[in-house]
Amino acid sequence: MTAPATRRQQRRPIDDGRATITLTVNGERRDVRFDAYKTLLEVLREDLGLTGTKHGCELGECGACAVLIDGQPVLACLELAVQCEGRAIQTIEGLANGTELHPLQAAFADLGGSQCGYCTSGMVLTAKALLDKDPAPSRERIKEALSGNLCRCTGYQQIWESVEQAARTLREAKP
Amino acid sequence: MNAPEKPLQKTRFDTIGKPRRRVDGRAKAIGQQLFADDLVLPRMLHAKLLRSPHPHAIIESIDVSRARAHRGVHLVLTGAEFPIPYGIMPVSQDEHPLARDRVRHVGDPVAAVIAVDEQTATEALELIDVKYRPLPTIASPEEGLAHPEPRIHDYGEQGNIHRNQSYEFGDVEEALAKSDHVFEDLFFYEGNTHLPMEQQASLASVEGDGKLLLSSSTQNPHYLHRQLARVLQMHAAHIRVIATANGGGFGGKCDPGNHEFVVSKAALMLGRPVKICLTREEVFYQHRGRHPVLMKFRTGVTKDGRLTAMHLQTLLDGGAYGSHGPASTFYTGVLTPVTYALPRFKFEACRVFTNKPACGPKRGHGTPQPRFGQEVQLDKIAERLGLDPAEMRLKMVTQPDSLTASWLRIGSNGLADCIRKVVEMSGWKDRRGKLGPGRGLGLACSTYMCGAGVSIYWNKMPHSAVQLLLDRSGQVTVYCGATELGQGSDDVLASLTAEALGIDPGNVRCVTGDTGLTPIDLGSYSSRVTIMMGNAALQAAGRVRELLATTAAEALNTLPDRVVFSQDRVFAAENPGQTMSFIEAIALAEAKFGTLAAVGSYAPPKPPGRYKGAGVGPSPAYSFSACVVETEVDPHTGWVTVPKIWIAHDIGRALNPVLARGQVIGSVYMGLGEALMEEQAFRRLPPKLSSALVHRNPSMLDYKSLTSLDMPDVEVALIEHPDPNCPYGAKEVGQGPLLPVMPALANAIHDAVGVRIDEVPITPDKVLRALEKKARGESPRVGPESFPAVPYPQPTCVLPPWEGGDGNELKGREGRQAA
Repeated sequence: MTAPATRRQQRRPIDDGRATITLTVNGERRDVRFDAYKTLLEVLREDLGLTGTKHGCELGECGACAVLIDGQPVLACLELAVQCEGRAIQTIEGLANGTELHPLQAAFADLGGSQCGYCTSGMVLTAKALLDKDPAPSRERIKEALSGNLCRCTGYQQIWESVEQAARTLREAKP
Repeated sequence: MNAPEKPLQKTRFDTIGKPRRRVDGRAKAIGQQLFADDLVLPRMLHAKLLRSPHPHAIIESIDVSRARAHRGVHLVLTGAEFPIPYGIMPVSQDEHPLARDRVRHVGDPVAAVIAVDEQTATEALELIDVKYRPLPTIASPEEGLAHPEPRIHDYGEQGNIHRNQSYEFGDVEEALAKSDHVFEDLFFYEGNTHLPMEQQASLASVEGDGKLLLSSSTQNPHYLHRQLARVLQMHAAHIRVIATANGGGFGGKCDPGNHEFVVSKAALMLGRPVKICLTREEVFYQHRGRHPVLMKFRTGVTKDGRLTAMHLQTLLDGGAYGSHGPASTFYTGVLTPVTYALPRFKFEACRVFTNKPACGPKRGHGTPQPRFGQEVQLDKIAERLGLDPAEMRLKMVTQPDSLTASWLRIGSNGLADCIRKVVEMSGWKDRRGKLGPGRGLGLACSTYMCGAGVSIYWNKMPHSAVQLLLDRSGQVTVYCGATELGQGSDDVLASLTAEALGIDPGNVRCVTGDTGLTPIDLGSYSSRVTIMMGNAALQAAGRVRELLATTAAEALNTLPDRVVFSQDRVFAAENPGQTMSFIEAIALAEAKFGTLAAVGSYAPPKPPGRYKGAGVGPSPAYSFSACVVETEVDPHTGWVTVPKIWIAHDIGRALNPVLARGQVIGSVYMGLGEALMEEQAFRRLPPKLSSALVHRNPSMLDYKSLTSLDMPDVEVALIEHPDPNCPYGAKEVGQGPLLPVMPALANAIHDAVGVRIDEVPITPDKVLRALEKKARGESPRVGPESFPAVPYPQPTCVLPPWEGGDGNELKGREGRQAA
C-alpha cells in the first residue's frame, strides 16, 4: 500500500540530490538511498544488486525491465524510484520458492521459452501477472498480455507454450 | 586411434534427439545468468562515448580541457591515444577506436569520458569542444559510384568502391543464348539491423598479476583478443577476453567494437575497472547489420523449367567501414548455386562505401538478399511456364555428394524431402490458388553453410578445440572457446560430450568463451559451432573414452572395444551384468594412466575449388530449408497478414529437438520481420540543419519488429539427413531457416492478389501502389527500375567440374577467351 504523500515527504526528504525510501522487495523490507533522478530499474540493478531485471530500450518499448509493483506489471525504466515509497516490488529473483522454480520458470527452461534469456525476466513476470488474474488464458489472451515484451530469439511460440504449460501446472496444484 | 566409436554408426542414443532442458536454462529462468552489464567490480568507473553529429567531416580540433576539469571525471580519451587501426578482416583494417582525423557517419565515436558514474560521464561529454569541417556525403552506392571524390577511405578498389569482383563458371552468355527463355529481373533488399535485446556492454580491469581482463558481450572472443593485442600493442598472452553470455547477437557482436578498446585502454591507464554499456541508440550506430543490396538476375531456363545458366550482379551499400565486407560481398553470390542444379554461373559483386553506420554480418550473412531475388524469380518463371512452383523446384534440386559449377562440395542433402514435407503440411496442392480473394500461399527454398571452410585470417591451425578433464569425483569438465549467444552452444557441447561418454549432460561442466582458460574456437558465426566445436568435442571424448575402456575392460573381463558406456555406467557388451559406475571407471583409469584429460580439435576439409577466391563458400556441410507462407492481403489498405507458416529444415540430426525447433521458429520470426517491416533507413536533414544523413529510426519505438500479437503460428518439421562431416550427423539450424521466409511471403502475396513486390520490406504502401498499378492495367509490380553501370572487373574464369575443369582458374589467353 502506498503511504500518504504528506507523511512520505515529511519522513523522506530529498536532500542534495539524494533520496531515501523504504520498499518491500521480494518480501523483504529494504531501506535504500540513491540519486534522486534514478528510475526504479536503476535502483534495482545498481543500488539493490538485483541484476535479474534487464534494460533494453530506455523508453518503455521492449518490456525487458518489467517487474511487479503491488502485483501489477510495470516497466521499471519508466517508474521513478522516488515514487515507489512503501510499495511491494517483485522481481525475477523473488519468484522461485527457495531452490524450487516457479512453474513459469520451469516451463520456460524446459520448453524453449528462454533462449538468450535477456527478455525472460520481464516475460515471466508479465506472464505471472496474467496467470494471477486468469488461470486458464486462451492463446490469444497470452499473446495480448505479452505484446509489450519483445523477444528477438524465440519467435514467441515456445513462450506461449511455456505459459500454457505453467498455467496447467498451477491449476493442477490448486484444485 | 582417435575415436573408438564412429558417431554415424551409433544407432541408439541416450541423450541425442531427446527433448531436454538446456544446461543453462535454469540460470536464465531465475535471473541468475550474468550478462556483461550485470558485472560489478570494486572501484569501478564508467565510460561514455562522444559521437559525431556529422555524417562526413574532418575533425579540425578537439578541446577536452573543460571535460577533464569536470568534477568526477577521471580520464578523457581521443583518437590521439589510438594510432593503430583495426578491423575484423586483415584486408579491412580501417577503423580506430576513436576517430583521429575524420568522422564517416553520424554516430562515429570521437572521444570518451571515464568518470565515477554514467551521469557524470554524460555531463562531461557536453563539455568537449570538437570543431568539424563538414564534407560532402555519400548516401547510396549509386552516389558512391557517381562521386569517386571525396573518398571516404584512402584504400579500396577505386574511388569509393571498397570491393569489386567477378567470377564466371562456364560460358554463361553462350548458355543463355541457347536457352528456351531468359528471365531478367531486378530486386532490392533494404538494410536492417540485429536488434539484440541486450545492448553491447564491456567491463575491463587489470587483474592482480597486472594483466588485462575484458569481459564483453561478444560473439568472437578470439578475434577480439587478436585485435586488442594489435591496437593496445600488448603481448596477447597478457590479455584475457571473457565472452559473457550474450543477450542475443545475430551477427551484431561479431566485429570488435570501439567501446571494447576504449574501456581496455582506460583500465590499463587508470588501474581501475572501467565499464561501458551502449545505449539503444548507440547500438544502431554500431550496427554491422544486413547490407542493402540491389540485384540483377538474368536466368536461362528450358521450356520444362530447368536452369541453364545464371548471371547475377549485386551492388552492396557497405556503410562507412570495411567490417566483414570483403566476405559479405562474396556471400551475395557464392551460395546461389547450392540449391538447384545450375550448369553455368556468373556473379559480379561490388561493395561501395557510404556515410552510414557500417554494414556487416547478420544471420544469413549476405545470402538472404540473393536468395530473395532467386526464389521470387523462380516463382515468376513457374508462372510463365505454367508449372507448379513446388514441382518445378523438386525436379532440379541439387543432389547429395555433388559439386556445384563453382566447385562447392555438397554432402547430405534433404531439400527434396523438405519441399515434399511443406507441400504436405500446408495442403499446397489442394489450397494454393483456391483460398479465395485476397488470400494466397507462397513457397521458397534455401540452403546455408555449416561453418565457413576458411578462417577470417589465413592459417592452417584448427578452427575449434576442446579440452576435456575428468577426475575421480566424477567431474567431467569440458573447456572450449565457443560462445553462448542464446543459441544453445553450451548445451550442444554438454550433450555431445555426454553422449560420447554415456553420462547425463547435467554431469558435464562447460567452461566456454574465455581466452584465458579455454582452447581456441573461432567464434559464434557462420553457423559453425555445432559442427566444428562438436567434432572437436567428439575427438576429445573419444580419446578419453579409449583410456576408460582399456582399464574397464580388464575389470569387466572383456575387450576394450566391447565396453559400452551408457546411463552413467560402464558395461561389458556381451554381459550387461558385468558393470561398474562411470565414477569407478574413472578411478581405475586415473590409477593406471594418471590424470585423465584429452584434447580434440577440428579443421574443415580442404575445399575442392582451388581458384583465387575459392575460400568463401566452402563448408563441411550444407543445411536446406523449404517454407510455405500463407497470407491475407487487404485490398483497401495493402495490409498484409500472415496467419500461418510451415517450414521444413534439413538439420542432419536434431541434438536437442526443443532447441532445434526454437532456432527454426526464431529464424522464421526474424525473416518475417525483415520481410514485413524492419529497415535501417536514413534521411537527409534539410540544408538549414546541416544536410546531415541521419538514421530515421534509431530507437526500439521507431524501428519496428514483430510483437507477440504479430507472430503467426509456425509448424516445424525437422528433416534428418545426417552428414558424415558433422557430429552424429548434426548440421546447422541457427541461420538457414530465416532465408526462405522473405521470398515465400512475396510469392504468397502474388498468389493472393496478383502483384509482385520485388523489394524488401514489403510494406502496405508498396502493396497498395502495386494494386493501384494493377487496377490501371499497368505492370502490377513495385521494385527497382534500373541497375547502374558498375565497373565490374574482368571475371576470374573457372570451368565447372562437368566441363573438364580442375578447380583452378583459367590462365592467360584461355581465360580471356572464356571471358
